[in-house]
Amino acid sequence: MSIANAAHSVVEPTAGTRRFAGSLVILYAVVTMIPLVWIVLTSFKSPDDAISYPPKVIFQPSLEGYCNLVTTRSRQTPEFIQTLGPAQGLCDGIARDRNMVVAGPSNYVPRFVNSLIVAFGSTVLAVALGTLSAYGFSRFRVPLKDDLLFFILSTRMMPPIAVAIPIYLMYRTIGLSDTRLGMILLYTSVNVSLAVWLLKGFIDEIPREYEEAAMIDGYTRFQAFVKVVLPQATTGIAATAIFCLIFAWNEYAFAVLLTSGNAQTAPPFIPIIIGEGGQDWPAVAAGTTLFLVPIVVFTVLLRKHLLRGITFGAVRK
Amino acid sequence: MNDLSVSSQIAYQAARMQPRVVRRIRGLSDKALAWLFITPTIVLLLAINIFPLIWTIYLSFTNYRANRPNVPMRWMGIDWYQSILTDPDIWSAMQVTAHFVLWTVVIETVLGFGLAFLIDKKFRGHGAWTTIILLPMMLSPAVVGNFWTFLYQPQIGLFNYVVAFCTGSAASSFQMLGDVRLSPWAIVIVDAWMWTPYVMLICLAGLRSIPDYIYEAAEVDRASKWRQFWSITLPMALPFIMLAVLFRGIENFKMFDMVNLLTGGGPGSTTEVASITLKRAAFESWRTGYSSAFAIILFVTVFGLANIYVKALNRVKSR
Repeated sequence: MSIANAAHSVVEPTAGTRRFAGSLVILYAVVTMIPLVWIVLTSFKSPDDAISYPPKVIFQPSLEGYCNLVTTRSRQTPEFIQTLGPAQGLCDGIARDRNMVVAGPSNYVPRFVNSLIVAFGSTVLAVALGTLSAYGFSRFRVPLKDDLLFFILSTRMMPPIAVAIPIYLMYRTIGLSDTRLGMILLYTSVNVSLAVWLLKGFIDEIPREYEEAAMIDGYTRFQAFVKVVLPQATTGIAATAIFCLIFAWNEYAFAVLLTSGNAQTAPPFIPIIIGEGGQDWPAVAAGTTLFLVPIVVFTVLLRKHLLRGITFGAVRK
Repeated sequence: MNDLSVSSQIAYQAARMQPRVVRRIRGLSDKALAWLFITPTIVLLLAINIFPLIWTIYLSFTNYRANRPNVPMRWMGIDWYQSILTDPDIWSAMQVTAHFVLWTVVIETVLGFGLAFLIDKKFRGHGAWTTIILLPMMLSPAVVGNFWTFLYQPQIGLFNYVVAFCTGSAASSFQMLGDVRLSPWAIVIVDAWMWTPYVMLICLAGLRSIPDYIYEAAEVDRASKWRQFWSITLPMALPFIMLAVLFRGIENFKMFDMVNLLTGGGPGSTTEVASITLKRAAFESWRTGYSSAFAIILFVTVFGLANIYVKALNRVKSR
């Protein structure tokens, strides 16, 4: 025992090694964070500060970027603006400082709503289908099981552009093109492979004895699945759902190729926010920042499952 | 009287039947339940993945154009395949793609493994820093492409400012996205920034999977740290490193979003990877048959390479 302990302490890195490793990693983390921090800072800048050179680190914070993101504005003469009553809300106030009035909501708002609907819709579907299939693959003898599982995985090897051509034609024929339902189905089909593989791993870890005990108590197989397995798999299902959500939330290639206006999600829209005299960088940064927030929260929540999620459960920590 | 008794008997029978039917459904045999559970997923994948794939194969033998659906289709045989495989532009796109895959995978593997090796030393607060490092890979490529476009702006971008500050040159003297020599590297930098954490995470799992007693034995044998690294750490983490390379390789072979957002394939065709060529043929010049053939060639390439690689991976694993 004491020998094992002594040997172990030899293997453990020394305090100096640790500190050296730590400082290198922190250096990398800081460098990696700079672009992110910069974009968040830019979202709170005024358009002039955003494009000043040298880049400004200290500036007067402004919500103009966020206002420009969610509203459209029209230019007015100062005389006309004076005839109007008091500014209606924060964004109108900011617009008036620049001789403009708020004309209405911008296109970003419906795009953001589309993102929410498509991401949540496809996640619910993919997780529901994935849970059932994962249970099926985990517990029953299915003919050609390995082949089916590999088939499910291999659907991910196709480049999105390659699938986009026939899907575009197919959707055009059956009237699903540029609809949210079409995008939900498409993202579900992409996500379901991840869901099956991940959830199969989670369900494999729940001992079969639990269900067998429940079935001896008179439950049917289905009841045992609903009342015993599902509650046990909650963590796994939640983690899988967040992974599916992140994918659908972030997806760009299909969105840009298959939607044009009606069902377009936010990612293809953010790059094309144009203000007066070119790209409105604070608005772009604001759209980006709003889009980052849920992902940052989810990443922190997912820490433990991250590895599984990104490798289809092929590697466990 | 008789009739009544018959009908009441039927009613009685029906009442008895009801629960039995319900019980039958609930108590489906395992086999039926398995299929009931698996079929929806398979059907969805067949409808949205396999059917389109078969359609692509079919279209690749025709001269169909999606923007002229009423023009009668003509059978082309393998003409498209022949013209693609002999087209120098396609070969240059494949070469650009291969360069991207090579450089991104090499850089990400070296950096990712290095980071994992350092994090494995379990310094104070390693968990929190690891989470921060992992952030970029969770972001949307659209968002990443966006803000890197901003950082790369020659007059106002932070990247140009920092490089100019460090090298003493003028920030406006180089354009990351507009220069023929620099633009491929602009994309490699962004891809490495975004995906190094991915490789790091998989490598970290590999390093954590090496049991301590092997190092203990090596210490007892007085093996140097270098020796331990080359004959224990690296070989034992190798299957994980190879897995990361496989995943990154496949993903980067399909690379579309980052290139489309940052350079759109330009300047000239210096960053025109296969996916961009394909997008242009399919959604800009609408040569659907031609682009379908190209899509099939790409898919077969990825699938073939991945399969060969997985075989190699399995050999390493079983060693």
